[in-house]
Amino acid sequence: MKYAFYPGCSMEVNAAAYDVSMRAVAKVLDMELAEIDDWNCCGATEYFSQDELTACSVVARNLAIAEGESNQLVASCAACYCNLAKVDKLMSEDAEMKQKINEALSAGQLKYKGGVRVRHLLDVICSDIGEEKIKEKVVRPLTGLRIAPYYGCQAVRPISIGDCTEYPMQMDHLFEWLGAEVVDYPVKAHCCGGHMPQISEEQAFELQRRLLQSAVDYDADMILCMCPMCQLNLDAYQPRVNGMFGTNFKMPILYFTQLVGIAFGLEPKAVGFGKELVAGLPVLKKKLEAVSA
Amino acid sequence: MSSQKADKLGSEFLQEVIEGTPGGERIVHCLQCGSCGGSCPNGADMDYTPRTLFALINANKKEEVLRSNTMWCCVSCYFCTTRCPQNIPITDIMYQLKRMAIAENMASGSDAPALAKTFTGYVDKYGRAFELGLASRFYLLNKPFAMLKMGPMGIGMFSRGRMSLTPAKIKRVDQLNAIIKKAREIGRKS
Repeated sequence: MKYAFYPGCSMEVNAAAYDVSMRAVAKVLDMELAEIDDWNCCGATEYFSQDELTACSVVARNLAIAEGESNQLVASCAACYCNLAKVDKLMSEDAEMKQKINEALSAGQLKYKGGVRVRHLLDVICSDIGEEKIKEKVVRPLTGLRIAPYYGCQAVRPISIGDCTEYPMQMDHLFEWLGAEVVDYPVKAHCCGGHMPQISEEQAFELQRRLLQSAVDYDADMILCMCPMCQLNLDAYQPRVNGMFGTNFKMPILYFTQLVGIAFGLEPKAVGFGKELVAGLPVLKKKLEAVSA
Repeated sequence: MSSQKADKLGSEFLQEVIEGTPGGERIVHCLQCGSCGGSCPNGADMDYTPRTLFALINANKKEEVLRSNTMWCCVSCYFCTTRCPQNIPITDIMYQLKRMAIAENMASGSDAPALAKTFTGYVDKYGRAFELGLASRFYLLNKPFAMLKMGPMGIGMFSRGRMSLTPAKIKRVDQLNAIIKKAREIGRKS
């Protein structure tokens, strides 16, 4: 199956582990993710706090480009998914905004008619590929590994990727298919802090502490993310969270695609292990004896 | 935006909030139930939780609202929005209040406007976000001492190849800029 793909800015460098593992998993599953031509940054939350129409137009440029390439656009980042899905929805519901955004796009000889369905990679893997085909590809079941699926905010709210806005389950199901022990913890769709580490460390680190503590309380071996911002916040700031609260978290924060790849028999290096700041490989090795470095 | 649907009996400030927010006219249906504040991960740090803020907006307390820290505590998690029984797009209203606070020069006390400006400055220039540029420029200009504490993390990111020294750039930056320029023009007119 062929999809238009919007990687988002983080995938190339900061979230390279997500990028490499996603591509490796897509190959096993015969999914073709064709990167759309010359895409631009979705603006995250930052244009929206300055100028609504500019924010929407910057996002819509990508929708217009995608529309010429496919009727389904897949994003791997929750914030990118959120912006693309929100602007698509806004343009389908608000004729005045649609006209204004298209007027802005016309300055670049572009137009968005509204023919793109915005998806998140997790939903595509779970809904389109599905249980049967995924189970067929498992050569190394994740038996004994306790994973905490972490959905964060913007893939499930305001426009859910196809799951519940309160207590999403797609990643839970996916890892049950892969043989893992899925941790059912209450904060799986709570906030990682977003851009708050730059604005208020006190607020950001408290949000991160709640997530890490809950994963520890429920005896998770690792937290799996579906968004580069969530991974960065929980992984890179973990030492600072420990410094602020006197905690001793050593929770590996990985991308869900990395562990899907492991279950499919790929080697840890081939799915980006080692890019995370809190090492994931020792936990993986300890839990899955079949895995060699 | 849908201002004709709005309750024109409300305060002038209320009208401004409604006009700048897609779906903003729902604000007049607030029941004061408090689901928003109770759902908010940063509700405890807010000067006013959203429902209080909405009552203040209705009472035309513009300066009190725009000088409050409420919208700057918002992390755009959208829990309030999806839980609001009256379908008020609360997160989007927070964005509108951020825009108004910046425009009225009342956004003192938060580094968020500076972060937003630095972030979008790079996107305007390259078409892509630039993490190193954002981190260095924002911290140097706004909180140089906090930058020191970022050192070990920065080294960790660099050593794992997770931070680029140079920005990525799209091919048609001119096209993006023409779109942005036009959007700002239209925005100013309406």
